[in-house]
Amino acid sequence: MALVRFTENLQRHIHCPDCRVTAATLGEALNNVFEQHPRLRSYILDDQGRLRKHIAIFVDGRMLKDKTKHDIPVAKNATIDVIQALSGG
Amino acid sequence: MPLTITLGTRKGLFQFRKASNGQWQSHAPEFMAEPVTATLHDTRSETRYCALNLGHFGVKLHRAKPGQPWQEINAPAFPKSDAPDAPSVEQIWTLAASGKDQPGTLWAGTIPGALFKSDDHGDTWHLVESLWQQPEREQWFGGGYDQPGIHSICVDPRNSQRLVIAVSCGGVWESIDNGASWTLQGHGMRAAYTPPDQSDNRAIQDPHRMAQCHTSPDTLWVQHHNGIFLSRDGGHNWHEIAPVEPSSFGFAVVAHPHDSNTAWFIPAIKDECRVPANGELLVNLTRDGGKTFTALRNGLPQSHCYDLIYRHAFAVDDSGECLAFASTTGNFFVSEDGGKHWQWVSQTLPPVYTTEISHD
Repeated sequence: MALVRFTENLQRHIHCPDCRVTAATLGEALNNVFEQHPRLRSYILDDQGRLRKHIAIFVDGRMLKDKTKHDIPVAKNATIDVIQALSGG
Repeated sequence: MPLTITLGTRKGLFQFRKASNGQWQSHAPEFMAEPVTATLHDTRSETRYCALNLGHFGVKLHRAKPGQPWQEINAPAFPKSDAPDAPSVEQIWTLAASGKDQPGTLWAGTIPGALFKSDDHGDTWHLVESLWQQPEREQWFGGGYDQPGIHSICVDPRNSQRLVIAVSCGGVWESIDNGASWTLQGHGMRAAYTPPDQSDNRAIQDPHRMAQCHTSPDTLWVQHHNGIFLSRDGGHNWHEIAPVEPSSFGFAVVAHPHDSNTAWFIPAIKDECRVPANGELLVNLTRDGGKTFTALRNGLPQSHCYDLIYRHAFAVDDSGECLAFASTTGNFFVSEDGGKHWQWVSQTLPPVYTTEISHD
């Protein structure tokens, strides 16, 4: 199962523990997390389901360059880190 | 009744109450370090609302019912769309309560320029499509922000079905059917920032802030990008007030709740400069419907002052006696005699976006 981890800076706003989810793509992994924690969705995605501008995602240590590509495959035991981008100040 | 003054700042929500020694004192800040963009104390249910704009994590809305802690509730959000440039709420810019006959109804004005309505005390929100679909909206543009925004919502105290809203930059709009349909009003406003043949285009006017007299709701004041305007017919027609010294430019205006000839403005040098003229902070008061103005300075800094007062950072209480405003540089002033004397309550706050006065 993939491991999804969230920045500590998000923890002070909303409960978001590490989650293990079964997913073939990044989008599936995030959606599975949001099903467990519905309010978390709006912290990561905007009204249209786009990744927020100042959120950065790393899959197995590699930063997602194209933030619109949620359909990238993820390995069975991938680690997905969701953090705040420094561009947000 | 004791007053509470609530300040929404770049770094949290601060409440001030008057101590027994007569001094205004701050309580421990709430939402420490979070940018607060709008507050509402809904007197119908004694419920408080606080809108945040978290830099990384988006727009959030919190609610505190009487005696209860803050709780996050759903924030207004645009419906899903397949369009590549489909909108997302960037900021809740203003919150307003409807009348007592619609106890659960709230309005939210946002950037981009949309109006949202809730009929259940903020549990759920929906986009007011009737305004969003107006063809003139295509002409709106941002003023100070990249996108246009709705910053003023005046609910008619006589009839909550009637709303007048102001948009930067998109003019003044009226609904007489609780938001089901809208009419572009604002006849008489003037835009000096467009080609001359567009200056009277009502859909591109930049009212910075609109304030309504509570007991004479057809009296509306606007601090416009180009000066001060007054309407005596509920926002349909506007009369430009003759230039006021030291400047007719500014953002903040409050209307006396019971005297339709009285309003207060805080001037700044236009356009991009946006600091007090000569470094002297003052409040301009008119008591005769804009014919004359008096500069109120007593207690305000009169040298080396570079404070700007944002459009939502000036408030008046229900009596018209207590006024409060706070600035981009964290200064906070209160007057309890209609502006004759000002108490410099704090010099060390974060930049202030909103000021609200409420009775405990």
